[in-house]
Amino acid sequence: MADYVNPVGWLVAAAQGLLYVIAAPLFAAWVKRIKARLQNRRGAALMQPWLDLRKLMQKETIVAHTASPVFRAAPYIVFGGTLLAAMVVPLLVVKLPTTAIADVIVLVGFLALARFFLALAGMDVGTAFGGMGASREMLISAMAEPALLMVVFTVAMTAHSTNLSSVIELNLQTGLVLRPSFMFAILGLILVAIAETGRIPIDNPATHLELTMVHEAMILEYSGRHLALMEWAAQLKLMLYAVLLVNVFFPWGMAQSLSPMALLISFVALCVKLGILGGLLAIVETVFTKMRLFRVPLYLNLAFLFATLGLLSHVILETGP
Amino acid sequence: MNLLHLSLAEQGIFVLAALILLASFFLIAQVRLVAAIHSFAWQGALIAAVTFLVAGVQNTPHLLVSAVLTLLLKAIGIPWILHFLVRKMGLEREMERLQRPALTLLVGTGLVIFSYWAVLPIERLEFGATRNIIAISLAVVLLGLWCMVARHQVIVQVLGFMSMENGLFLAAVASTKGMPLVVELGVAFDVLVAAILFGIFFLQIRENLTTLDADRLNRLSEKEER
Repeated sequence: MADYVNPVGWLVAAAQGLLYVIAAPLFAAWVKRIKARLQNRRGAALMQPWLDLRKLMQKETIVAHTASPVFRAAPYIVFGGTLLAAMVVPLLVVKLPTTAIADVIVLVGFLALARFFLALAGMDVGTAFGGMGASREMLISAMAEPALLMVVFTVAMTAHSTNLSSVIELNLQTGLVLRPSFMFAILGLILVAIAETGRIPIDNPATHLELTMVHEAMILEYSGRHLALMEWAAQLKLMLYAVLLVNVFFPWGMAQSLSPMALLISFVALCVKLGILGGLLAIVETVFTKMRLFRVPLYLNLAFLFATLGLLSHVILETGP
Repeated sequence: MNLLHLSLAEQGIFVLAALILLASFFLIAQVRLVAAIHSFAWQGALIAAVTFLVAGVQNTPHLLVSAVLTLLLKAIGIPWILHFLVRKMGLEREMERLQRPALTLLVGTGLVIFSYWAVLPIERLEFGATRNIIAISLAVVLLGLWCMVARHQVIVQVLGFMSMENGLFLAAVASTKGMPLVVELGVAFDVLVAAILFGIFFLQIRENLTTLDADRLNRLSEKEER
């Protein structure tokens, strides 16, 4: 277990959180850039989201006069909740105090808190689009969350722990083991991640088309630093799910001690893994088209089926006398 | 059983078995006729791969013959015949809307749990590494049956029937080191003949009823005609 009183551990945990915040816009830009390349465009520079965020921070923040305090508080709560959720997912090092005190159910809880305030903020001003986006977001998340929890249970049954650190440590110790349950869990988690982060088969992050938008509809009324925080939180969420996929199921190279060399190796490995995952995401977004909203329950039903089959194949194939 | 005590090939058998189960679910849920035929073909290919791996792990070379036979018949031959029929009848774009997709899949999951429960006593008797697959193969058989119940399209019902045979074959390979080659050859050609006979049936049904929806067969009774 992690050492709770060791100040170095907390320091590294804080640095890791900072790295999440810094790297999230870069990861989003990387996906965007590969997508542009696949569409024969040159694409924006990797620093572009950073410049966008800086510009938004400097701009005047305009709030509708019908807005309640919830509207003003929501960007901070959404960003804070997502950041806290990100701190639960080990990024470079396995045994950190922040990842030890909170397990994966807390992670789901933080994400739910952020989503709740996002939906509240969408409805707060009283425009039609905000309410529409909030109701759609809630529809999607109500069906994605059971699938996500089933994935969590599948992984937890293998590791006998809901703590992400223990799961990753187990995977690091056993090396390459082909587990049918993990295969289904990966598939389920990918589907849930795409739905939750609003990527292409479910929602298109690059458009403001009235009839189809989900996430963009909720943050339509925001401007200035509020908008910057909301977009930053969305990028953070994408990064969080990517790291979750990469580090839980393919943790190779992650540091188990706090030595600088191990941290460096872990950082390089993480960059390579996230780079590959970002490329795959860009390919998926290029190949598939956005589906109709009423097909989303079918899609999430598939995610739930994957997760359930993962759980069942763990019980049937991987346990026994 | 702990997966860590098994070799990579045996772990591969488990992964492939799980994928065979997934192919059964796809067969039930596929709306498009051609896609359903494809998922059946994938199931056949996966079963051939499992047979191949089992032949390597248990050192039973005669299973290699049945692996090749399975690949040729179930992954290529029968799907090709069905494809040919579908093209001949102009049904490439045929779609069948499932009435309650979520409920259908949930029942399928329930069947998997039931077959696990039903197979538990058998599993205690055997000590081979692959005995856990018996539950999967029983589930594939039951899912094939459920496919024939839940779908109305005649061709998809035939696919369900054939995937039942896939489940039985998987059980034989996983638990008893395969059937004798004579039996296997007999069953394989039975299935092939069945596919051809079904093809003739399709053409007859279509000619007489102009549809391949099995539900419409209920309306043949004279009562309704009046």
